[in-house]
Amino acid sequence: MDTTGTLLMPPAGSTIAGEVDAIFNLILYVSIFFFILIVGLAAFFVFKYRRRGEPGLTSGVDHNIKLELLWTIVPSIIVVMFFVVGFRLFLKMNIVPANAIEIKVTAQRWMWTFDYPDGANSVNTMVVPVNQPVKALLSSTDVIHSFFVPDFRIKMDVLPNRYTVAWFEAVRIGEYNLFCAEYCGKGHSEMLGKIKVVSEDDYKEWLEESFKVDESMPLEEYGESLYRSRACNTCHTTDGSGSVGPTFKGIYGHQVILSDLKTVTVDENYIRESILDPRAKVVAGFQPVMPTYQGRLRDREIDALIAYLKSLKE
Amino acid sequence: MSSMPEKNYLTEKRGLKSWLLTLDHKRIGVMYLIGISISFALGGIFALLIRLELLNPGRDIVGAQTYNQLFTLHGAVMIFLFIIPGIPAALGNFVLPLMLGAKDVAFPRLNLASWYIYVFGALLAVVSIFTGSVDTGWTFYTPYSTQTSGAVVTMTLAAFILGFSSIFTGLNFIVTIHKLRAPGMTWFKMPLFVWSLYATAIIQVLATPVLGITLVLLILERVLGMGIFDPAMGGDPVLFQHFFWFYSHPAVYIMILPAMGIISELISTFSHKRIFGYRAIAFSSFGIAFISFLVWGHHMFTSGQSELASMIFSFLTFFVAIPSGIKVFNWLATLYKGSISLDTPMLYALSFLFLFAIGGLTGMFLATTATDIHLHDTYFVVAHFHYVMFGGTVIAFLGGLHFWWPKIWGRMYNENWAKISALLVFVGFNVTFISQFIMGIKGMPRRYYTYLDQYHRMHGFSTIGSWIMGLGFFIMVVYLVHSIYKGRPAGSNPWGSLTMEWETTSPPPTENFAGDMKLTHGPYDYDKIVPRTD
Repeated sequence: MDTTGTLLMPPAGSTIAGEVDAIFNLILYVSIFFFILIVGLAAFFVFKYRRRGEPGLTSGVDHNIKLELLWTIVPSIIVVMFFVVGFRLFLKMNIVPANAIEIKVTAQRWMWTFDYPDGANSVNTMVVPVNQPVKALLSSTDVIHSFFVPDFRIKMDVLPNRYTVAWFEAVRIGEYNLFCAEYCGKGHSEMLGKIKVVSEDDYKEWLEESFKVDESMPLEEYGESLYRSRACNTCHTTDGSGSVGPTFKGIYGHQVILSDLKTVTVDENYIRESILDPRAKVVAGFQPVMPTYQGRLRDREIDALIAYLKSLKE
Repeated sequence: MSSMPEKNYLTEKRGLKSWLLTLDHKRIGVMYLIGISISFALGGIFALLIRLELLNPGRDIVGAQTYNQLFTLHGAVMIFLFIIPGIPAALGNFVLPLMLGAKDVAFPRLNLASWYIYVFGALLAVVSIFTGSVDTGWTFYTPYSTQTSGAVVTMTLAAFILGFSSIFTGLNFIVTIHKLRAPGMTWFKMPLFVWSLYATAIIQVLATPVLGITLVLLILERVLGMGIFDPAMGGDPVLFQHFFWFYSHPAVYIMILPAMGIISELISTFSHKRIFGYRAIAFSSFGIAFISFLVWGHHMFTSGQSELASMIFSFLTFFVAIPSGIKVFNWLATLYKGSISLDTPMLYALSFLFLFAIGGLTGMFLATTATDIHLHDTYFVVAHFHYVMFGGTVIAFLGGLHFWWPKIWGRMYNENWAKISALLVFVGFNVTFISQFIMGIKGMPRRYYTYLDQYHRMHGFSTIGSWIMGLGFFIMVVYLVHSIYKGRPAGSNPWGSLTMEWETTSPPPTENFAGDMKLTHGPYDYDKIVPRTD
């Protein structure tokens, strides 16, 4: 079990997480003190001065300069302190170290795509080396999303019209959740990714591997792994149940009705077209929301996905 | 044993028409009360459905699309139809002229017009539910709200129209407070609830037009394709956030300021003690109202706005805490050496202190930029917001409702059932939302239809809490409705309060008082007068 983080906070996976937690705890302790003060005094007064019998005249004291200055100035000093420590760390969280490697992150409904410096790419899993600052250059192709990694204590909105930046330096090898934190529609809660933190050597090896086409695996099996790693499973089921897109079960070889009421048989060419130009022929009853995989999948990978769909008979 | 007055505003004229065409602020207040109660019930049912769906990950009762509509409707209905008009338009309408010793508000026809506008807006919102519904969240963030299908235009138009109802009420109150105070009631002899309504009215009049304009721009973009917010048409989505929060942050204070006003009345009345720091409480309302216009950017620390903007907004945000804190300490000082009775309204006032303290203090974590980055858009924000809006505003509203209920209907509710209900609401609320604080800190994002297993237990607690609250409210409806018909007559001043609305019969006559009112004592002169309870 991961023992970093605090009682309330999740494990601390980045260099700044511990510092955020320290400020969180500072505010927490001050808050607990004031909460006990307020509720304690209220409870004590209610008990001590509870009404016994008919009420008479009560004290008319309605101000006390010393007391009022005290409860104005002390909280003011405390909040200015919170502001200062919070903003100092905030600046650090916003200034990207010069030696950071840059990974382009593209958000779209409802998946994450990562482009690495030397041309490799991945979907929904961001692979990064440990103990190395990483700059995530964020943009969206549709609505606003938000790049949120709780264990790293970072969050940054991903906008369609401009680039935003988030950076982190992971301190431990492992897998961390990536959430979309800005509401983006039906698949918002399933727009999940992983940050996979690996050693420097494993990172290099992964980058090299990603350029090799896996020739060894049977097409069908390879297609099944792609179905998951390329996030087809976010919107397409294989058990016949409905989701954001049509289920893959038994779809191959069948005729489907399109949104313009034409019919088309789902064959190799239709599948290939739907992967590369998904909005060309949309099945009736579904929204044209699938992003294109143009440039993201190689021919052998498309072949593998077609083989996988063929295997999903009813 | 007191009895009901022969002639009062409820019985003087009869029939539906006499209600629908009434210019009496008390009847309009009651009609508002009915409107917001229906809205609250509707929003509450949405909330229970949301919590039920979230009992387990994946599908429990509805699909993702329906869930998204449910949380949008819960927010939109609660904000625009319940909580903004709640205290000012329902309770404020009823008691403001009574507290001032006036016969009515300054513009009775405008008052009735605002009610019709409210009803029209509310019906339009209901129409939008049946004509495609809305799945944007109550914040209508662009470009999602420009691109999604559904009745976004109808819903935003409803919110736009409801804004006018709010502006009318605000204008009416400002003029009423300036012009219709009883002879002798100088500004600093006004009850603090009146001060808070005054500060609220100023925000209503100044801020609501900005929301109106923003929503109109959104409608123009959707209907005419004018590129204002949608980058696909050359617009800027973050601009919408600035516009939206420029209204919606001050709107939070439209919701909380009158609640604080009620708490001042309750604490003084049930402690039988002069309110401590009268001027500090009155001025702090204006301090809060002023700063509230300058803090909207604290909703946008992760939006990509500049660090400088975040710095300024963070700094200013902290200074909302100071006047709020001053009020809390003044209320505590009022309890000191009082003669405290624990009738139901006072239980609500004490539960307000407890819940609002949590709501306010958790705001510190969100005003601090470094910690907000982690907590923003998680359940922590959801819980903080509900502690302030429910734990603050709704609890104060319920306190005020139970306080003035005998004045409105002339009859008492069952005190034992009222206490049981207050306790259930208090416990249920804490169970529902403390678990949301915890899962928010652990990273659970808001507006999620399904969630990872690690959050399952906390969601379970939260849902159980919602059932406890639901039970509390069910009991409340039963004993309140029962009391209208069967409650024992309340007498004119059942709590022994010194503000002016208790100097007339319960229910009051149509013209409010028998004869002209003159101020004979201050609203909190418990050190000079022992009020008669009858």
